[in-house]
Parts: sequence; structure tokens; C-alpha cells
Amino acid sequence: MSAPLVIIAVAIAVAFVLALWSRAHKRMDLEQWAVAGRGFGALFVFLLLAGEIYTTFTFLGGSGWAYGTGGPAAYILAYGAVAYVLSYFLLPPIWRYAKARNLLSQPDFFTAQFDSRLLGALVAIVGVIALVPYLQSQMTGLGLIVQMASYGRLPEAWAIAIAMLVLALYVTLSGVHGTAWTAVLKDLAILAVVVAVGILLPARVGGLHAMFTSIAHLRPGFLQLGAKGMGVPWFISTVALTGLGFYMWPHAFGAVYTAKNERVFRRNATFLPLYQLILLFVFFAGFAAILIVPGLKNSNLALLAAVEHVFPAWAVGVIGGAGVLTAMVPGSLMLMTAGTLVAENLYRPLRPNAGAGEVQTVARVVVWLVAAVTFLFSIHSNAAIVALLLMGYNFVTQFFPSVFLCVWRRAWVTLPGAACGILVGVLLVAYFALTDHTIVAGLNSGFIALAANFVVTLLVSAATRSWDMRRTALRAADIPVHRAGEYDA
Amino acid sequence: MSIRALALIPVLCIFVGVVFANRTYPIVLGMPFLFFYMVVCIVFTSLVMAIVYACDPANRKEE
Repeated sequence: MSAPLVIIAVAIAVAFVLALWSRAHKRMDLEQWAVAGRGFGALFVFLLLAGEIYTTFTFLGGSGWAYGTGGPAAYILAYGAVAYVLSYFLLPPIWRYAKARNLLSQPDFFTAQFDSRLLGALVAIVGVIALVPYLQSQMTGLGLIVQMASYGRLPEAWAIAIAMLVLALYVTLSGVHGTAWTAVLKDLAILAVVVAVGILLPARVGGLHAMFTSIAHLRPGFLQLGAKGMGVPWFISTVALTGLGFYMWPHAFGAVYTAKNERVFRRNATFLPLYQLILLFVFFAGFAAILIVPGLKNSNLALLAAVEHVFPAWAVGVIGGAGVLTAMVPGSLMLMTAGTLVAENLYRPLRPNAGAGEVQTVARVVVWLVAAVTFLFSIHSNAAIVALLLMGYNFVTQFFPSVFLCVWRRAWVTLPGAACGILVGVLLVAYFALTDHTIVAGLNSGFIALAANFVVTLLVSAATRSWDMRRTALRAADIPVHRAGEYDA
Repeated sequence: MSIRALALIPVLCIFVGVVFANRTYPIVLGMPFLFFYMVVCIVFTSLVMAIVYACDPANRKEE
């Protein structure tokens, strides 16, 4: 066995042991002791938050995009800042609303706002659809690392199959609550790896200044916007789409509810933008790969190929091991979210008498189903990891118009308005995806769907206002009968 | 006008500023200008949000 294979196998084994161990012991809530700082210094908390920026999307996807597309990768720096500015205003009202009504999931917010489980179910379905490409990016990354560790001897489909099994098995074993210790290990390991790689790879090609100067000479215009149709309008529309969608992911939206108070969000908005700067290291590594391993067919491989070319075998193993954890922690969170969404917001409304055990079984089965579906998408796809995440954003940002109006001008949005807006947005995104239009008229196609969604939401809401008021009045009068029946529009 | 309106400035820096910052040269701090500009925007966002946080009356209430 090669050294990288051994180290990567050890990383997977450690994650599984930690999962079983934390299941046997009292559950530990990372956020709680991070905030309270029980025995952990500020430096430790800083390192954890910095490491948390990294998923496969930023680690392999960010470097791959720097390698393959160049300048447009700068959007990844910008959208976090936009998202955090927005969070200052958007998250406190969402938190207050959820707190007052004991909401648990993202669909719950829509169910409560519009008194409609059907809308909640629609939101759950769209959420799961959006999670699949995100999950695919983690699975693809995990597969690539497994393949790298075998030095190409393992066929790609097998590597991705192993990645799928590891993810689904990990979720099944670690339970619904996740494993804080694995997250700690992952955050620290990936941060060390990224800083090392981001400094050593550019140093190998003469330092940052020399590196960028030679790339600019080799490929004029590559380091700015404009290539492959991704010009300034694409940048603006993509930053807007992803900045607005940042907190619309089912797992991110649900996590908002768990904050201790609303001031946490405002305080976070002041320093979280700075953490985006940690992403620079991974871009530097990706750009260095242009000079170290030019001409790769699959840009997702840029960082791994450069690492294999430059570092000794044991270091390749350590980097691969950190990469494995970086795919497993967010990947398992997404799988769990998908399972819970289907079980709690689709299955439970259909079977109101189902017991807790039954619902949990459904969640477990859904985890394997979603993992299998993602596997099927992954094996024949050569899509860039960033392109996969952008596809997820196209879907998930379609929640933004309704959420924004609920918080800002509740009277401007009605149940039919919200439902029609989301449906129109999602159908447009699906149409653009099936016809392979990621860029339309220079703009990110998801942004066009978002604009259409906004207009439809406002127009249909205006047209159905009186119907909606009558429905609300009727329901208020009807509550006892209705709750007993448990059926819903 | 509320102090919260200040938050618009960094957002405008990103969305409007990019039109002027979309260039490779000069290379500043080892980075192509577009990337350097985005780094400046991020630091500026953090700074402005810190000012908004400090002045916003919503954060003075006891919780």
C-alpha cells in the first residue's frame, strides 16, 4: 500500500471512531462552547472559525476555478461579504419569528408564515433538490482524493462509489446530531494544509508577484473578468445571487434558529467577512498549479495534481486526509438535512399519526436514497465543483423573495404569490439547466430566474390579496375544527 | 437617516467598483488588481459593519 492511501484510510477511520465515540458520550454542541469559550482561548476559536470556511467547494473547487477560469474566481471572495452585510438585517427578524413559534426547519418558516403545509412541502422538495448538486460537489471531491491516493489505479466510478458509501455510512453511524469533534479535527487540519499549500506552491514558482506576472504573460486577460462569457455583468449577477442565497440553504436557515440571541448575528457581521481572506491561500495554490501542472483536462484536480508533483508521498497523504474530512463533515450535514426535511416536512404531514421511530427510519432511508441519486449524477459528470455549487444556489436563492417580503413588507406577499414565485423561479432554473444555459445575456441564469420570481411573487400577491384575507379570516374562525382534521391546503 | 444606511457603502463598492477594478495591472501585494480590490472591499466591509454595530441603538438594549 502507498503512504497516501494509508494516511487517508486512517483519516476516514478516525472520523468513524469519533462518530461512534461522541454517540456513546454526551452530545457536545460546538457552538455553545465556542461562544462560551469554556477553557478554550480566543486563538482556538479563531482557528476553528477560519477552518470552517473550508468545504470541498472552497478547497478543491476554489483552487480548480482559479486554475480553470482565473479572474471569475474572485466572486468567491466577494459574495461572503455581501451575505454578511445582509445577515445583519435579515437574520434577527427571522430568528425572532422562529423563536416565538418554536420553529425547527426552513419549511416550518413558510408553513407558519402562510399557514400552509403544502407550501412547506414545496420548500422542502426544492431544498432537497438544491442540496443534491452541493452534495455532489463533496462526493466528487472525496472521490478524486480516493483516486489520487491510489495513484490512478482505481477507476473513477469506483472511487466515487467508495465516497458515497463512506458518506452515507458515516451519517448512519454518527446519528442525526453530527459530530463536533470531527468538525474540530477537520477545521484545524484543513487550515494548516491550506496555509502550507497556499504559501509553498507559489514559492515553488518564484513567489506571488513572479507567479502572477508569468500567468498574465502566458494568458493575457486570464486574471480578470471577461473570459468564457464571465464578464462584469456575470460577476455582479453571480455575487448578488449567491450573496442573497447564502442563508437560504436549508441547513444554514435552520441553524439561524439555534442562536442564543439576535445580537449574535449583528456582531458576527462585523468580523466574519474577514475570514473570507483565508480563501486567498487556496486561490494562490490554484494559480500556482497553472505553472506547475499545466494542461489538466479536469480542473477539479488542479490542487491535488500540483501537490502530488511537488510534495513527498507522506505530505500528499496528509493533504488528502484533510481533504477527506473536509468533504465528510459538510457532506454528512447536507445528507442529514435532506433526510430530516423529507421525514419531517413531507412524510409527517402525510402520516400525522406516525411515531418518532417511524419518522426517524424514514430519515435514515432517505439519506441512502439521496446518496444513491447523487452518486448516479456524479459518475458521468465532469462538472467543475464551483459550477455544481452555483447550480445549487440557482435553486436555493428562489426562496429569497418570499423570505425577504415576509420580513420587510409582510402585507405585500400572499400564499399564492409566494408559491407561484418559487415555482416560476425553480422551473426557469430547471429549464436553463436542462438546456445548458448557465449564462444568459451575460448574466448568471439563476439571477434571471430570481428576477422573474420576484416579479411574479409581487404581481400574484397583489392580485390575490382579497382572497388571502378571506382565507386568513376563515381559518382564524375555523381553528379548532381544522386542527383536529390535520389536513391542509 | 439611520446609521444602518452606512452598510450600503461596502455593497456599492463591490457591485459598482468592480466595473473600474476589473484589471490585471498593477499587481499589488503580489495579487492581480481585481483580487487586491476584493480584499480591500472585504476589509472595508468589516470596518463599516463594526461602525454600524457600535452606533446602532438596537445593540444597546439590554438582552
